[in-house]
Amino acid sequence: MTATAGIRTVTFREAFREGLREALATDERVFLMGEDVGRYGGCFAVSQGLLEEFGEERVRDTPLSESAFVGAGIGAALGGTRPIVEIMTVNFALLALDQIVNNAATLRHMSGGQFSVPLVLRIPTGPGRQLGAQHSHTLEGWFAHVPGLRVVAPATHADARGMLAAALVDPDPVLIFEQIGLYGVRGELSVDAGPVDLDGAAVRQRGTDVSVVAYGGTLAPALDAAAELAAEGVSAEVVDLRALRPLDSSTVLESVSRTHRLVVVDNAWRSGGPGAEVVARVAELALDQLDAPVERVGAVEVPVPYPRHLEEAALPSASQVAAAARRAVG
Amino acid sequence: MTGAERRALFTTMLRVRRFEERCVELYSAGTIHGFLHLCIGEEAVAAGVLAALGPEDGVVSTYREHGHALARGIPMESLFAEMFGRTTGCSGGRGGSMHLFDASRRFYGGNAIVAGGIPVAVGLALADRLRGRDRVTACLFGDGAFAEGEFHESINLAALWRLPLVFLCENNRYAMGTALARSHAETDLALRAGSYGVRSWAADGMDAVAVQEATELAADTARAGAGPCFLELRTYRFRAHSMYDADRYRDRTELEAWRARDPVELAAAALAADGLLDDAGRKELEEAVGREIDDAVRAAGAAPLEPVEDLTRFVTTATEDGS
Amino acid sequence: MTVAEFTMPALGADMTEGTVVEWLVSPGDEIRRGDVIAAVDTEKAVIDVECFESGVLGDILVDVGQKVPVGTPLAVIATDDAAAVPPSGASSPIPASEPARPGSPPSPERPATAVEPRVRSPLVRLRAAEAGIDLRRVPATGPGGRITQSDLDRVLQPPTLPHRISATPYARRLAAERGVDLATIQGSGRRGLVRARDLPRAAPAATRSPRPAAHADPRHATAQLMARSKREIPHYYLGAQVDLTDALDALRAHNRAIPVPDRVLPAALLLRAVALGLRAVPELNGHWIDDGFRPGDGVHLGVAVSLRGGGLAVPVLRDADALGLDALMRALADAGGRARAGHLRSSEVSGATATVTNLGELGVDTVVGVIHPPQVALIGIGAVRTRPWVVDGAVVPRAVVDISLAADHRASDGATGSRLLREIGRVLGQPDLLVGDDQVGDDEVGDDEDRRPR
Repeated sequence: MTATAGIRTVTFREAFREGLREALATDERVFLMGEDVGRYGGCFAVSQGLLEEFGEERVRDTPLSESAFVGAGIGAALGGTRPIVEIMTVNFALLALDQIVNNAATLRHMSGGQFSVPLVLRIPTGPGRQLGAQHSHTLEGWFAHVPGLRVVAPATHADARGMLAAALVDPDPVLIFEQIGLYGVRGELSVDAGPVDLDGAAVRQRGTDVSVVAYGGTLAPALDAAAELAAEGVSAEVVDLRALRPLDSSTVLESVSRTHRLVVVDNAWRSGGPGAEVVARVAELALDQLDAPVERVGAVEVPVPYPRHLEEAALPSASQVAAAARRAVG
Repeated sequence: MTGAERRALFTTMLRVRRFEERCVELYSAGTIHGFLHLCIGEEAVAAGVLAALGPEDGVVSTYREHGHALARGIPMESLFAEMFGRTTGCSGGRGGSMHLFDASRRFYGGNAIVAGGIPVAVGLALADRLRGRDRVTACLFGDGAFAEGEFHESINLAALWRLPLVFLCENNRYAMGTALARSHAETDLALRAGSYGVRSWAADGMDAVAVQEATELAADTARAGAGPCFLELRTYRFRAHSMYDADRYRDRTELEAWRARDPVELAAAALAADGLLDDAGRKELEEAVGREIDDAVRAAGAAPLEPVEDLTRFVTTATEDGS
Repeated sequence: MTVAEFTMPALGADMTEGTVVEWLVSPGDEIRRGDVIAAVDTEKAVIDVECFESGVLGDILVDVGQKVPVGTPLAVIATDDAAAVPPSGASSPIPASEPARPGSPPSPERPATAVEPRVRSPLVRLRAAEAGIDLRRVPATGPGGRITQSDLDRVLQPPTLPHRISATPYARRLAAERGVDLATIQGSGRRGLVRARDLPRAAPAATRSPRPAAHADPRHATAQLMARSKREIPHYYLGAQVDLTDALDALRAHNRAIPVPDRVLPAALLLRAVALGLRAVPELNGHWIDDGFRPGDGVHLGVAVSLRGGGLAVPVLRDADALGLDALMRALADAGGRARAGHLRSSEVSGATATVTNLGELGVDTVVGVIHPPQVALIGIGAVRTRPWVVDGAVVPRAVVDISLAADHRASDGATGSRLLREIGRVLGQPDLLVGDDQVGDDEVGDDEDRRPR
């Protein structure tokens, strides 16, 4: 087999589905539940065909009861199964916050380590296109605030394909935030792609002049900006956080210690967002490596508006990232 | 029900009553801290429900769970130790009064968010169904939880999936200080639960025998695959909501009327009437319970506190060993 | 028979003290375990309190209306059952065992000992060590008797105001590693920000000297400061001629009454006028830091003194507005002498809130000054000359001086500057304000309430 023969082109949606199918096929304790994951095929068609393949017991449609079915996922995990619970979008995950924060994240602790909650939550997040304020939230940072949870955000096809398997092996609750805007995006994936590590940020592009730190939905604009900057002779290093909790500070610090300039890109509002945490850690641990003020590119502090031009103005873009990098490099 | 079973119920209730009374004392003395919710007056629910379950069954409880935990068989010493914050506590001291856990007895806490444990109970029952296990999950909660969306979402889901689950509503008539009639348009909870297509009925929560028999029937029904059942256990707490409140929301005559049906004394009288417990027997039992409590308090008080260096243990698997 | 204590119970998670609002029993009454014997107000509610002993109530130790901490004995109970009483009379039914290892927080009730000061901040320790201050002698005002930065500031007088160089953290680190004085570097970033690229590449051998002291090369230090001032500060200039005749007459009268060595020079008189003027116009007394004006915590006058070897020394007369004329003269003479001898301590050349340059003795008529950053005003004084002056319609000879102001236009406008010059002129026209006893002028500012003995 040649190298190119081992590569195919898939969408993020297909990569996620492949991970799900593999999980259901290889471990009989695994089941998927959520709103419209079965007969409908998933709100974003990620689970299409899985009901037919694995049956109603393993692919379970739930009522619109986020708190109940997320809590049921916690109970089922306590009971020895490996539930994968899909919450249709992060916007509706707010209806299950009690279960996620008060139970999934705390049961191990409150019981003095007697119970593990090996639950996987799949949560689509981020803006789509003109979906309005209530369907465009980027809230993974809220969950990353909570000890006891593991929060990951696949931004590449390989991570979309491989994070689920690693999450199912983890004895603690794992929240996988899938970017709504990426589902239809095509990219290359090795035919033998498999599980990946959940821990650790990844340097997606090497560079020497400025570190651009992104994750999930902002990796693509970060890489686009890096290409734009390269044409101007500015060498940007792009770091993909991959996980927001635990946050891999060392990869970021190592990069900043080489480039001495930092741009953080985040679809969330800047105030109190994941980007703010990255900046805080650099300030704590590597302040004397900074040779320019840190630049932050985030959502404008406004609920995401409906009109196209306002939505675009509210959200980070590649050109904003490039401009921030130019300011940093000076 | 045999005389031995009835005597066992009485013994459980007496242990719960005396245990709770000692908790009052220890709290007042500053030995127990935080929130402390006592079930004095509600002992028949704890004794009856837990007597109806097998060791393989699961239990999900609330923050008023000392009685449930004792009746489930968790030793007094580990309960006191938990409330003293000691490492020998049933949750290693990390939980406190509201978060009693015991994996070996399938006792899943100790949930301090009203109704928060109910969805978890649904999941435990779902896991049993998926794994083909012949066991039920008992989910205890109060009348306050009946007002929460999580309860309604959960009973619908359990009914929809016909899960082996028993919903046990320990109706003490007050959600903290708010009377049932002041927060529910229809106060017949069993009637309302029935609207979810669940077998529902009410039982006298001051009579341990009645509670046990009702729970056995409900558990057998659920175990047989007929779907969940809902039991409303009508009871009353004799003390304040939490350790102390000014109790301005209840009528003294109401309290006295319920006290006249004190579940412990009711059971004692019934046993005496049937010649199953005389004064000497009662005295002997009281002394045995007193000694059990004294020994438990002493041992729990001598247990070590967790070193501060271990603070970040029990957060994720990665922090488990704490070394 | 044994005696037990009935203590103020903990009636809730947040209760630390309670007030007895009613005793339901009296000494001598027989009480039983479980009886409600008192009512306690927890500030959330009045709670009936039960006792856990049976026996006879002895003395009541806490009267109705008294607020006491949880655990305080409220009454004594003579119990009839010795077994019901915890041994050794302890109120806690179980021994309170301590965590086995060190690291547990100290009990908050324990008062701080005089022997070991309570310091949490490593910065406080570091600063104290650097300044050679014994922390045991620093009065603590922080929570739990801790010594705070402010406590230290009060001892470490006067606070040193670092000359702020704008540089990135990385540039600072490299400069330290390479022994480069950042003050010598022209920054290429925004607002003169020094970045790594602005530093010389390699470290010059063995030039890793400590930051040069202010007096080591006075020309160099003055050059740096003045260049920065002209680069950063948008100056504006005002001037006024002031008739000094009456003030000088009063000064002569004053001097006649005191021994010759103590006599006061006109320079001190002018200095006092400036100090009182700045007190009246605080907008010109302070610092421009981080894009904002911070008023001074007193009128601390820098007095420019030319050095023989070139350059300037600017000793600071702290709280100059509070010094009477004689005291001001003494301070001026002392500081000027030591400045010229090169004996000023670093604390004596920092913290000025405004500077006065008096070039009159050099024969200069008018001074157009350069502000000392981060101050916002410099007052220039020229020679006192006898000039023709119009008084009541007649031209008469009078002693006149040119007083000028150079001010930072970021911090103030011309109208404010005019007020200062007017105020100085007003004070100089009323020599009683200047020459009288040391308290003169105090009644013009402040509030008597503030000056009551405490």
